Amino acid sequence: MSILIDNFDLFANGLLGTIRLCLLAAVGSLLLGGLIAAFRVSPLPPLRALGTGYVTVFRNMPLTVVMFLSAFGLPPLGVNEASFLNVPGLNFLIPQLGNNAFFRFALIAIVLYTSAFVCEALRAGINAVPTGQAEAARSLGLTFTQNLRNVVLPQAWKFAVVPIGSVIIAMIKNSAIAGSFGVAGDLMYTSDVLVSQEGLPLLPVFLGLSGGYLLLTIPLGLFLDAVERRRAATIR
Amino acid sequence: MPEPLIELNAVNKWFGSLHVLRDVNLTVDRGEVVVVIGPSGSGKSTLCRAINRLETINSGTIIFDGKPLPEEGKQLARLRSEVGMVFQSFNLFSHLTILENVTLGPIKVRRESKAVAKERAMKLLDRVGIGNQADKHPGQLSGGQQQRAAIARALAMQPKAMLFDEPTSALDPEMVGEVLDVMTSLAVEGMTMIVVTHEMGFARHAAKRVVFMADGELVEQAPPAEFFDNPRSERARDFLSKVLQH
Repeated sequence: MSILIDNFDLFANGLLGTIRLCLLAAVGSLLLGGLIAAFRVSPLPPLRALGTGYVTVFRNMPLTVVMFLSAFGLPPLGVNEASFLNVPGLNFLIPQLGNNAFFRFALIAIVLYTSAFVCEALRAGINAVPTGQAEAARSLGLTFTQNLRNVVLPQAWKFAVVPIGSVIIAMIKNSAIAGSFGVAGDLMYTSDVLVSQEGLPLLPVFLGLSGGYLLLTIPLGLFLDAVERRRAATIR
Repeated sequence: MPEPLIELNAVNKWFGSLHVLRDVNLTVDRGEVVVVIGPSGSGKSTLCRAINRLETINSGTIIFDGKPLPEEGKQLARLRSEVGMVFQSFNLFSHLTILENVTLGPIKVRRESKAVAKERAMKLLDRVGIGNQADKHPGQLSGGQQQRAAIARALAMQPKAMLFDEPTSALDPEMVGEVLDVMTSLAVEGMTMIVVTHEMGFARHAAKRVVFMADGELVEQAPPAEFFDNPRSERARDFLSKVLQH
């Protein structure tokens, strides 16, 4: 127990790294996942094929492989340091964006991987909206994007929010893979340093590590339960 | 003689191997009220939905207001905004209030200001008798009220024609009358209407022409008095003997 207290600042720092990584990754995955879902339900066959292809590739590839491809496959393709993610302003709040290329590659990998699952959860929500809703919108003359934004997605969201939440919880845990690459400065990385470099006993460190992840995932789970209860109360 | 508003020429449609529309020819003049009747599965709903391209057709042409139906995209959206559609299951947007249901099209499609759209929406809701329900959600209304709201939503686009796809079939019997009253008043005002229905009373008093369909074919069309009193085809006589004897 004293190990956890003595190294509290290191753990806190690692937890902060995980929070930063996951916050960015969640926003990125929701945006990209939403876009891919729009592709998959679009009336244009080439866009649908693109969306389907994307999901097939990234849902079926192990995240570790995606991480490797991101960190070692992107630079030869010209994305040297992924420095487009070094966004002024944002890199002030999240310094890793500016000073850690592997943080950026890890972020890219997690977003690519997670958005495939977000897309499918969202699409399940879209399919749960009765077809008559979209037909009524089309018959009023709404375009595909207006239909999606004003009629379908606001209703699909209610069906999709809980499965998407589960995807995000899985994403938070998956982010540990970035740490085990030994570079991203997150919670997993901190624990790895404490055990393999400082020689501290594994069990208490990993208890602290697990506690850190639970600190993020359990409140998120409770929040989702609350959302679901509220939704159940509004659907008659 | 003015050109017809809606014109279908040799329209064919298959669902897989099922031939649901067989060489259908139909013209509807401006201001005309055409009631389409026939047994279930005769293709009358498909015919109605083909006119604003909610169903695509396999061959033939559909002309609306002098122009063939656009294939896809912006032009198709514009055409649909000029043709009001009322569905059997109402299809009101369940996450929006009644007022928002009625103003969504004018605001998003016609780019009208919220105030203008709201003013017209309230007039229309008053007209169909549910002005006091404007701030409720569809789930809080009765079926008859929901269908009247759906008619107001379609009218808010100031359409050139209205399509009704079995508008009273999902209603409790006591609510059928209030919806038919609204439709009758529209007919009297000169709206061009195509109404797919099983309400023979409405067909008799509000239609200018009755179209009888069976097995995907347009079997017979005539003014209501003539059709109901002297159906020419065996198929229509058989159908009428079944629906009118009770």
